[in-house]
Amino acid sequence: MHFGQGPAGTEVPGMSQERLIALETDILAKNDRYAEGNRRVLGNLGAFAVNLVSSPGSGKTTLLCKTIEMLNARAGDAPLAVIEGDQQTANDAERIRATGARAVQVNTGKGCHLDGHMVGHAMEHLEIDPASYLFIENVGNLVCPAGFDLGEDCKVAILSVTEGEDKPLKYPDMFTVSEIALLNKVDLAPHCDVDLDLYEANLRRVNPGIRVLRLSARTGEGMQDWLDWLDQRLKAKQQSVQAAETPATETGPTETRSTETFPTETLGA
Amino acid sequence: MHEMSLCEGVRSVIEDAALANGFSSVSRVRLEIGRFAGVEKPAMAFAFDVVMRGSVAEGAALEMIDLPGRAMCYDCAKEVEIAHRLDDCPLCGGGKLMPMGGDEMRIKDLEVT
Repeated sequence: MHFGQGPAGTEVPGMSQERLIALETDILAKNDRYAEGNRRVLGNLGAFAVNLVSSPGSGKTTLLCKTIEMLNARAGDAPLAVIEGDQQTANDAERIRATGARAVQVNTGKGCHLDGHMVGHAMEHLEIDPASYLFIENVGNLVCPAGFDLGEDCKVAILSVTEGEDKPLKYPDMFTVSEIALLNKVDLAPHCDVDLDLYEANLRRVNPGIRVLRLSARTGEGMQDWLDWLDQRLKAKQQSVQAAETPATETGPTETRSTETFPTETLGA
Repeated sequence: MHEMSLCEGVRSVIEDAALANGFSSVSRVRLEIGRFAGVEKPAMAFAFDVVMRGSVAEGAALEMIDLPGRAMCYDCAKEVEIAHRLDDCPLCGGGKLMPMGGDEMRIKDLEVT
Protein backbone atom coordinates (compact mmCIF):
# COMPACT_ATOMS: atom_id res chain seq x y z
CA MET A 1 0.00 0.00 0.00
CA HIS A 2 1.27 3.47 -0.83
CA PHE A 3 -0.45 6.50 0.64
CA GLY A 4 1.76 9.08 -1.00
CA GLN A 5 0.78 8.65 -4.65
CA GLY A 6 -2.40 10.73 -4.72
CA PRO A 7 -2.49 14.29 -6.05
CA ALA A 8 -1.42 15.63 -2.67
CA GLY A 9 1.55 13.30 -2.36
CA THR A 10 0.57 12.55 1.20
CA GLU A 11 -2.18 10.95 3.22
CA VAL A 12 -3.99 12.86 5.92
CA PRO A 13 -6.55 11.04 8.07
CA GLY A 14 -10.00 12.54 7.64
CA MET A 15 -9.11 14.42 4.46
CA SER A 16 -9.91 13.18 1.00
CA GLN A 17 -6.68 12.95 -0.97
CA GLU A 18 -8.21 13.83 -4.35
CA ARG A 19 -9.29 17.13 -2.94
CA LEU A 20 -6.15 17.97 -1.01
CA ILE A 21 -3.80 20.51 -2.55
CA ALA A 22 -0.35 20.77 -1.00
CA LEU A 23 0.91 24.34 -1.13
CA GLU A 24 3.81 24.62 1.33
CA THR A 25 3.87 28.32 0.60
CA ASP A 26 4.93 31.06 2.97
CA ILE A 27 2.02 33.24 3.98
CA LEU A 28 4.12 36.32 3.29
CA ALA A 29 5.40 34.97 -0.03
CA LYS A 30 3.83 37.81 -1.97
CA ASN A 31 5.47 40.40 0.25
CA ASP A 32 8.76 38.55 -0.09
CA ARG A 33 8.49 38.74 -3.87
CA TYR A 34 8.00 42.50 -3.77
CA ALA A 35 10.89 42.78 -1.30
CA GLU A 36 13.12 40.71 -3.56
CA GLY A 37 12.23 43.02 -6.46
CA ASN A 38 13.21 46.05 -4.38
CA ARG A 39 16.44 44.33 -3.36
CA ARG A 40 17.29 43.70 -7.02
CA VAL A 41 16.69 47.35 -7.95
CA LEU A 42 18.86 48.52 -5.04
CA GLY A 43 21.51 45.95 -5.89
CA ASN A 44 21.69 47.14 -9.51
CA LEU A 45 22.14 50.71 -8.28
CA GLY A 46 24.67 49.74 -5.63
CA ALA A 47 22.50 51.61 -3.12
CA PHE A 48 22.61 50.65 0.55
CA ALA A 49 19.23 50.53 2.30
CA VAL A 50 18.55 50.41 6.02
CA ASN A 51 15.19 49.75 7.64
CA LEU A 52 15.01 51.78 10.85
CA VAL A 53 12.75 50.09 13.39
CA SER A 54 11.80 51.01 16.94
CA SER A 55 8.93 51.79 19.25
CA PRO A 56 7.26 55.20 18.82
CA GLY A 57 9.22 57.98 20.51
CA SER A 58 12.68 56.41 20.45
CA GLY A 59 13.96 59.33 18.41
CA LYS A 60 14.13 57.77 14.94
CA THR A 61 13.32 60.94 13.03
CA THR A 62 15.63 63.13 15.12
CA LEU A 63 18.41 60.59 14.63
CA LEU A 64 17.76 60.54 10.92
CA CYS A 65 17.78 64.35 10.65
CA LYS A 66 21.07 64.49 12.54
CA THR A 67 22.53 61.72 10.37
CA ILE A 68 21.57 63.62 7.21
CA GLU A 69 23.04 66.88 8.51
CA MET A 70 26.30 65.15 9.31
CA LEU A 71 26.42 63.34 5.96
CA ASN A 72 25.66 66.61 4.14
CA ALA A 73 28.46 68.35 6.01
CA ARG A 74 31.01 65.81 4.80
CA ALA A 75 32.28 66.82 1.40
CA GLY A 76 31.71 64.34 -1.40
CA ASP A 77 29.55 62.00 0.60
CA ALA A 78 27.02 59.70 -1.03
CA PRO A 79 23.57 61.02 -2.02
CA LEU A 80 20.64 59.82 0.04
CA ALA A 81 16.87 59.51 0.07
CA VAL A 82 14.32 58.77 2.76
CA ILE A 83 11.07 56.83 2.94
CA GLU A 84 8.98 57.77 5.97
CA GLY A 85 6.34 55.40 7.28
CA ASP A 86 3.60 56.51 9.68
CA GLN A 87 -0.06 55.71 10.11
CA GLN A 88 -1.05 59.34 9.55
CA THR A 89 0.40 62.80 8.75
CA ALA A 90 3.33 63.92 6.61
CA ASN A 91 5.06 65.56 9.59
CA ASP A 92 8.13 63.36 9.50
CA ALA A 93 8.74 63.70 5.76
CA GLU A 94 8.50 67.47 6.19
CA ARG A 95 11.11 67.35 8.97
CA ILE A 96 13.39 65.33 6.69
CA ARG A 97 12.84 67.66 3.71
CA ALA A 98 13.81 70.60 5.94
CA THR A 99 17.33 69.12 5.96
CA GLY A 100 17.37 69.36 2.15
CA ALA A 101 17.02 65.60 1.63
CA ARG A 102 14.53 63.97 -0.70
CA ALA A 103 11.78 62.20 1.20
CA VAL A 104 8.48 60.52 0.49
CA GLN A 105 5.86 59.89 3.15
CA VAL A 106 3.95 56.61 3.17
CA ASN A 107 0.81 56.61 5.30
CA THR A 108 -0.28 53.12 6.21
CA GLY A 109 -3.73 54.12 7.51
CA LYS A 110 -4.73 51.32 9.83
CA GLY A 111 -1.65 49.30 8.91
CA CYS A 112 0.96 48.73 11.59
CA HIS A 113 4.02 48.27 9.32
CA LEU A 114 5.48 49.09 5.93
CA ASP A 115 5.47 46.26 3.39
CA GLY A 116 7.46 45.45 0.28
CA HIS A 117 4.79 46.74 -2.07
CA MET A 118 4.54 50.17 -0.39
CA VAL A 119 8.32 50.57 -0.39
CA GLY A 120 8.55 49.58 -4.06
CA HIS A 121 6.14 52.38 -5.00
CA ALA A 122 7.94 54.85 -2.75
CA MET A 123 11.23 53.94 -4.45
CA GLU A 124 9.72 54.71 -7.86
CA HIS A 125 8.72 58.16 -6.59
CA LEU A 126 12.16 58.87 -5.20
CA GLU A 127 14.30 57.83 -8.19
CA ILE A 128 17.12 56.41 -6.08
CA ASP A 129 20.64 57.51 -7.11
CA PRO A 130 23.36 54.96 -7.80
CA ALA A 131 25.74 54.34 -4.87
CA SER A 132 23.44 56.18 -2.48
CA TYR A 133 21.90 55.58 0.92
CA LEU A 134 18.22 54.77 1.28
CA PHE A 135 16.87 55.26 4.78
CA ILE A 136 13.49 53.66 5.42
CA GLU A 137 11.92 54.81 8.67
CA ASN A 138 9.36 52.19 9.54
CA VAL A 139 6.16 52.74 11.51
CA GLY A 140 6.96 53.06 15.22
CA ASN A 141 6.10 49.55 16.38
CA LEU A 142 8.32 46.90 17.94
CA VAL A 143 6.22 43.96 16.79
CA CYS A 144 4.94 43.78 13.21
CA PRO A 145 7.74 45.39 11.17
CA ALA A 146 10.03 42.53 12.29
CA GLY A 147 8.16 40.11 10.03
CA PHE A 148 7.98 42.15 6.82
CA ASP A 149 10.98 42.18 4.51
CA LEU A 150 11.18 45.43 2.53
CA GLY A 151 14.22 44.53 0.43
CA GLU A 152 16.58 46.41 2.74
CA ASP A 153 20.20 45.41 3.37
CA CYS A 154 19.62 45.30 7.10
CA LYS A 155 17.39 46.37 9.92
CA VAL A 156 18.66 48.89 12.43
CA ALA A 157 16.90 48.92 15.80
CA ILE A 158 16.78 52.12 17.80
CA LEU A 159 16.27 51.82 21.52
CA SER A 160 16.23 54.89 23.72
CA VAL A 161 17.52 54.77 27.30
CA THR A 162 14.18 56.00 28.66
CA GLU A 163 12.39 52.81 27.54
CA GLY A 164 13.67 50.42 30.22
CA GLU A 165 16.47 47.87 30.13
CA ASP A 166 14.13 44.91 29.66
CA LYS A 167 12.62 46.18 26.37
CA PRO A 168 14.66 43.69 24.31
CA LEU A 169 13.37 40.84 26.49
CA LYS A 170 9.76 41.99 26.18
CA TYR A 171 9.93 42.45 22.40
CA PRO A 172 12.69 40.07 21.33
CA ASP A 173 11.76 39.61 17.66
CA MET A 174 12.69 43.06 16.49
CA PHE A 175 16.09 42.94 18.15
CA THR A 176 16.73 39.43 16.85
CA VAL A 177 16.24 40.43 13.21
CA SER A 178 18.31 43.61 13.53
CA GLU A 179 22.00 43.65 12.71
CA ILE A 180 22.80 46.66 14.82
CA ALA A 181 21.12 48.45 17.72
CA LEU A 182 21.52 52.16 18.36
CA LEU A 183 21.14 52.92 22.06
CA ASN A 184 19.87 56.48 21.71
CA LYS A 185 19.46 59.41 24.14
CA VAL A 186 22.49 58.38 26.23
CA ASP A 187 22.71 62.05 27.32
CA LEU A 188 19.58 61.37 29.40
CA ALA A 189 21.00 58.27 31.10
CA PRO A 190 22.24 60.08 34.24
CA HIS A 191 18.69 61.40 34.83
CA CYS A 192 16.91 58.07 34.32
CA ASP A 193 18.56 55.66 36.76
CA VAL A 194 19.34 53.25 33.97
CA ASP A 195 22.13 50.75 33.51
CA LEU A 196 23.52 50.99 29.96
CA ASP A 197 25.48 47.75 30.38
CA LEU A 198 22.23 45.97 31.24
CA TYR A 199 20.67 47.33 28.03
CA GLU A 200 23.54 45.80 26.08
CA ALA A 201 23.39 42.51 27.99
CA ASN A 202 19.68 42.17 27.29
CA LEU A 203 20.17 42.98 23.62
CA ARG A 204 22.79 40.21 23.38
CA ARG A 205 20.53 37.84 25.29
CA VAL A 206 18.01 37.94 22.42
CA ASN A 207 20.61 38.38 19.66
CA PRO A 208 24.13 37.27 20.58
CA GLY A 209 25.50 38.66 17.32
CA ILE A 210 24.02 42.16 17.51
CA ARG A 211 26.30 45.18 17.36
CA VAL A 212 25.45 47.96 19.80
CA LEU A 213 26.36 51.64 19.47
CA ARG A 214 25.68 54.10 22.27
CA LEU A 215 24.83 57.56 21.00
CA SER A 216 22.79 60.70 21.36
CA ALA A 217 21.25 62.30 18.28
CA ARG A 218 20.70 65.47 20.33
CA THR A 219 24.27 66.05 21.53
CA GLY A 220 26.00 64.20 18.68
CA GLU A 221 27.84 61.90 21.08
CA GLY A 222 28.63 58.57 19.42
CA MET A 223 27.14 59.66 16.09
CA GLN A 224 30.50 59.40 14.32
CA ASP A 225 30.63 55.63 14.99
CA TRP A 226 27.21 55.28 13.35
CA LEU A 227 28.32 57.30 10.32
CA ASP A 228 31.50 55.22 10.05
CA TRP A 229 29.41 52.06 10.13
CA LEU A 230 27.16 53.40 7.33
CA ASP A 231 30.18 54.41 5.29
CA GLN A 232 31.77 51.01 5.68
CA ARG A 233 28.59 49.16 4.74
CA LEU A 234 27.96 51.30 1.65
CA LYS A 235 31.51 50.60 0.46
CA ALA A 236 31.08 46.89 1.14
CA LYS A 237 27.91 46.94 -0.95
CA GLN A 238 29.74 48.66 -3.82
CA GLN A 239 32.42 45.97 -3.71
CA SER A 240 29.90 43.14 -3.73
CA VAL A 241 28.07 44.75 -6.67
CA GLN A 242 31.34 45.11 -8.60
CA ALA A 243 32.30 41.52 -7.76
CA ALA A 244 28.95 40.32 -9.10
CA GLU A 245 29.51 42.26 -12.34
CA THR A 246 32.89 40.71 -13.08
CA PRO A 247 32.80 37.78 -15.51
CA ALA A 248 32.82 34.04 -14.72
CA THR A 249 29.72 34.38 -12.61
CA GLU A 250 26.84 31.99 -12.69
CA THR A 251 24.27 34.21 -11.09
CA GLY A 252 20.69 33.40 -10.34
CA PRO A 253 20.62 31.20 -7.22
CA THR A 254 18.32 33.59 -5.38
CA GLU A 255 15.95 33.77 -8.33
CA THR A 256 15.83 30.01 -8.62
CA ARG A 257 15.07 29.73 -4.95
CA SER A 258 12.23 32.22 -5.07
CA THR A 259 10.48 30.46 -7.94
CA GLU A 260 10.89 27.13 -6.19
CA THR A 261 9.20 28.32 -3.05
CA PHE A 262 6.45 30.05 -4.98
CA PRO A 263 5.07 27.63 -7.55
CA THR A 264 1.65 29.12 -8.15
CA GLU A 265 2.53 32.77 -7.78
CA THR A 266 1.24 35.39 -10.18
CA LEU A 267 2.56 38.73 -9.11
CA GLY A 268 0.04 41.55 -9.23
CA ALA A 269 0.75 45.09 -10.31
CA MET B 1 -0.95 42.03 15.99
CA HIS B 2 -0.79 41.75 12.21
CA GLU B 3 -3.03 38.70 11.90
CA MET B 4 -5.30 40.62 9.53
CA SER B 5 -2.41 41.21 7.09
CA LEU B 6 -1.37 37.59 7.42
CA CYS B 7 -4.87 36.45 6.50
CA GLU B 8 -4.81 38.76 3.49
CA GLY B 9 -1.61 36.94 2.49
CA VAL B 10 -3.38 33.60 2.95
CA ARG B 11 -6.30 34.78 0.83
CA SER B 12 -4.05 35.97 -1.94
CA VAL B 13 -2.14 32.65 -2.05
CA ILE B 14 -5.42 30.69 -2.06
CA GLU B 15 -6.84 32.79 -4.89
CA ASP B 16 -3.71 32.22 -6.97
CA ALA B 17 -3.91 28.49 -6.22
CA ALA B 18 -7.60 28.45 -7.25
CA LEU B 19 -6.68 29.85 -10.66
CA ALA B 20 -3.76 27.47 -11.07
CA ASN B 21 -5.56 24.34 -9.88
CA GLY B 22 -9.12 25.09 -10.96
CA PHE B 23 -11.09 24.71 -7.74
CA SER B 24 -13.98 26.87 -6.68
CA SER B 25 -14.38 26.20 -2.99
CA VAL B 26 -12.07 25.48 -0.06
CA SER B 27 -13.40 23.55 2.92
CA ARG B 28 -10.26 23.41 5.07
CA VAL B 29 -7.01 25.37 5.27
CA ARG B 30 -4.03 24.04 7.21
CA LEU B 31 -1.35 26.45 8.33
CA GLU B 32 1.99 25.70 9.95
CA ILE B 33 2.91 28.32 12.53
CA GLY B 34 6.23 28.38 14.36
CA ARG B 35 6.27 28.99 18.08
CA PHE B 36 8.25 32.19 17.63
CA ALA B 37 6.23 33.54 14.71
CA GLY B 38 4.36 35.86 17.05
CA VAL B 39 1.00 34.74 15.73
CA GLU B 40 -1.88 34.99 18.18
CA LYS B 41 -4.03 32.00 17.27
CA PRO B 42 -7.44 33.30 18.43
CA ALA B 43 -6.78 36.58 16.59
CA MET B 44 -5.75 34.59 13.51
CA ALA B 45 -8.94 32.51 13.65
CA PHE B 46 -11.05 35.65 13.94
CA ALA B 47 -9.23 37.47 11.14
CA PHE B 48 -9.44 34.38 8.94
CA ASP B 49 -13.25 34.28 9.09
CA VAL B 50 -13.48 37.97 8.29
CA VAL B 51 -10.88 38.13 5.51
CA MET B 52 -12.07 34.99 3.66
CA ARG B 53 -15.58 36.39 3.21
CA GLY B 54 -16.42 36.64 -0.47
CA SER B 55 -13.51 34.39 -1.47
CA VAL B 56 -13.36 30.73 -2.47
CA ALA B 57 -12.37 30.00 1.15
CA GLU B 58 -15.42 31.64 2.75
CA GLY B 59 -16.56 29.47 5.66
CA ALA B 60 -13.52 27.16 5.40
CA ALA B 61 -12.25 25.50 8.58
CA LEU B 62 -8.88 26.75 9.77
CA GLU B 63 -6.38 24.38 11.32
CA MET B 64 -3.11 25.64 12.80
CA ILE B 65 -0.23 23.23 13.33
CA ASP B 66 2.49 24.26 15.80
CA LEU B 67 6.12 24.01 14.75
CA PRO B 68 8.79 23.88 17.46
CA GLY B 69 11.20 26.70 18.27
CA ARG B 70 14.84 26.01 17.43
CA ALA B 71 17.91 27.99 18.34
CA MET B 72 21.69 27.90 18.06
CA CYS B 73 23.45 28.09 21.42
CA TYR B 74 26.45 30.42 21.25
CA ASP B 75 27.98 28.73 24.28
CA CYS B 76 27.93 25.04 23.32
CA ALA B 77 27.48 25.63 19.54
CA LYS B 78 24.64 23.11 19.26
CA GLU B 79 21.21 23.52 17.72
CA VAL B 80 18.56 22.94 20.37
CA GLU B 81 14.78 22.95 20.65
CA ILE B 82 13.30 25.46 23.07
CA ALA B 83 9.72 26.09 24.12
CA HIS B 84 10.00 29.79 24.91
CA ARG B 85 11.94 32.55 23.30
CA LEU B 86 13.98 33.41 26.42
CA ASP B 87 14.71 29.86 27.60
CA ASP B 88 18.28 28.92 28.45
CA CYS B 89 20.07 26.18 26.53
CA PRO B 90 18.68 22.80 27.66
CA LEU B 91 22.12 21.22 27.12
CA CYS B 92 24.58 23.61 28.74
CA GLY B 93 22.39 26.18 30.50
CA GLY B 94 23.84 29.05 28.45
CA GLY B 95 21.72 32.16 27.89
CA LYS B 96 22.96 33.23 24.44
CA LEU B 97 20.58 31.60 21.99
CA MET B 98 20.03 32.71 18.40
CA PRO B 99 16.68 31.55 16.95
CA MET B 100 17.23 29.33 13.91
CA GLY B 101 13.66 28.22 13.31
CA GLY B 102 10.19 28.53 14.71
CA ASP B 103 9.29 31.72 12.86
CA GLU B 104 7.60 29.81 10.04
CA MET B 105 4.22 30.94 8.74
CA ARG B 106 3.26 28.57 5.97
CA ILE B 107 0.14 27.43 4.21
CA LYS B 108 0.61 23.66 4.28
CA ASP B 109 -2.35 22.49 2.24
CA LEU B 110 -5.97 23.03 1.29
CA GLU B 111 -8.94 20.69 1.13
CA VAL B 112 -10.89 21.81 -1.92
CA THR B 113 -13.99 20.95 -3.92
